[in-house]
Amino acid sequence: MDITFKNVTYIYQRNSPFEHKAVDDLSFHIPSGSFVAIIGHTGSGKSTLIQHLNGLSAPSEGEVHIGDFKLTNEEKPKNMKELRSRVGVVFQYPEHQLFEETVAKDIAFGPENFGVQQEEIEKRTRHVIRQVHLPEELLERSPFDLSGGQKRRVAIAGVLAIQPEVLVLDEPTAGLDPRGQKEIMDMFYELHKQEGLTTILVTHSMEDALKYADHILILNKGKKFMEGTPVDVFSQREALQSVQLDVPEVVEFLIKFEKKIGKPIPFHNQSMKELAEEIQQVVKGVDLHE
Amino acid sequence: MNNSLIIGQYVPGNSLIHRLDPRTKITIIFFFVFIVFFANNVPSYGVLIVFALTAMFTSKVPIRFIMKGLMPVWFLIVFTFILHLFVTKEGTVVFELGIFKFYSGGIIQGFAISIRFFLLILVTSLLTLTTTPIEITDGIEDMLHPLKRFKFPVHELALMMSISLRFIPTLMQETDKISKAQASRGVDFRTGPLKERVKAIVPLLVPLFISAFKRAEELAMAMEARGYQGGDNRTKLRELKITKLDIMGYIVFILVVAILFVTRMYG
Repeated sequence: MDITFKNVTYIYQRNSPFEHKAVDDLSFHIPSGSFVAIIGHTGSGKSTLIQHLNGLSAPSEGEVHIGDFKLTNEEKPKNMKELRSRVGVVFQYPEHQLFEETVAKDIAFGPENFGVQQEEIEKRTRHVIRQVHLPEELLERSPFDLSGGQKRRVAIAGVLAIQPEVLVLDEPTAGLDPRGQKEIMDMFYELHKQEGLTTILVTHSMEDALKYADHILILNKGKKFMEGTPVDVFSQREALQSVQLDVPEVVEFLIKFEKKIGKPIPFHNQSMKELAEEIQQVVKGVDLHE
Repeated sequence: MNNSLIIGQYVPGNSLIHRLDPRTKITIIFFFVFIVFFANNVPSYGVLIVFALTAMFTSKVPIRFIMKGLMPVWFLIVFTFILHLFVTKEGTVVFELGIFKFYSGGIIQGFAISIRFFLLILVTSLLTLTTTPIEITDGIEDMLHPLKRFKFPVHELALMMSISLRFIPTLMQETDKISKAQASRGVDFRTGPLKERVKAIVPLLVPLFISAFKRAEELAMAMEARGYQGGDNRTKLRELKITKLDIMGYIVFILVVAILFVTRMYG
């Protein structure tokens, strides 16, 4: 589903001393099937933005279009449930939403609410537990007996079981160890490719944004600060630093390289191997022992 | 999140009302609650209304905000008014509507009770609007101090109060977060038959309790790790102090009470 924001503004606690503009005149377009990373500091409006994607919040001003669904201040789609079955959201620390006695029941909770047939639910449950790389034996255990990483995977499986077309991920790897982070991100990327999902990833990690996203949206204080492909965005180191954002390690390295060697290597999202070859090419003609 | 209820919310500021000692404010409100019931005629109600409105304007909390915050209470006020209209059968019949007869006594009583209700709620919410929860508990702890003689655990009670007050916003946030997560999984908290809606609360309450218990455990551990010990010999960061302002506050209030009793007798 295509997602379009048109001049969206969202105001918390309007007409009170606590009034606060969380999102300010935001416009962008996400084509169906793309992988978009949304980056910004705490309080930049990321979380508010994603609540618009499945109708948890309606814009105070402006319009949000998600496929055929339209959200404005006055009108909310009547079939909100259908919207929510097509846009799955994995919130920050999703393991906090677990509540059932067994893992299987918790995974089945979403599909049941959306009226999926019992047989189909069982099929999906076994399918998603494999997708999140957990053994099927866990299905009959209590989710509260699992480790933190396993709980997270169960909660993610619960969202995947809804079989959404758009998958929204709010810092899905926060608080995991580095290996767990990589495993989960690779899993989402695999899913994105296999099932043709539209994936929206909210993240603090420039490395993840560079590695997985084909489009990046940078928010600052509720406004769109920058938008483009990873190469476009991460080539603008100064602009990013002006809002206290870093660039990925590779870009940092290339800048240092140019300073030291005196010859630039342009950044085009090259792999480690390509980069090594390019360095070789450049270094050939340079005397490193001057 | 429900933003409309303001009782218990603090609006930072530096007005005269904000600067009053919490004990002064609590004492005045405590007695105000009593004297509201002494008003019995138009001038005496007038005195109370002037007092409450003056306090409200002095606090510099935006009036629109207070009125909007009292919205849920308006319902109660209107409800009591209507109840009196139908139930009280005193005075003369003012008008008839089908089988219902409305008496002048009912209308007057309805007004009187509604005004009392309004005044009580306005003044008590002014306390929480202008006083931080910490100040309120400090004030209460200090005022309950004499009970210590009877082995009453004053400090522990105050600690319990401040911890629970401290965690209200946290739990509200948590509730908001979990209800959004479950709503994304297709739970409908707002529509549908009552039975379904009650069932929808389970996926909200279970995670909420789990996190509350976890938080309690963590807090207890953190306090113990830092050697917390309540009670005697414990010093405070903010000492409460009665200033000239408080004395003025008491004087104003005593004058209001005096005027009230005068109008009660001669009004």
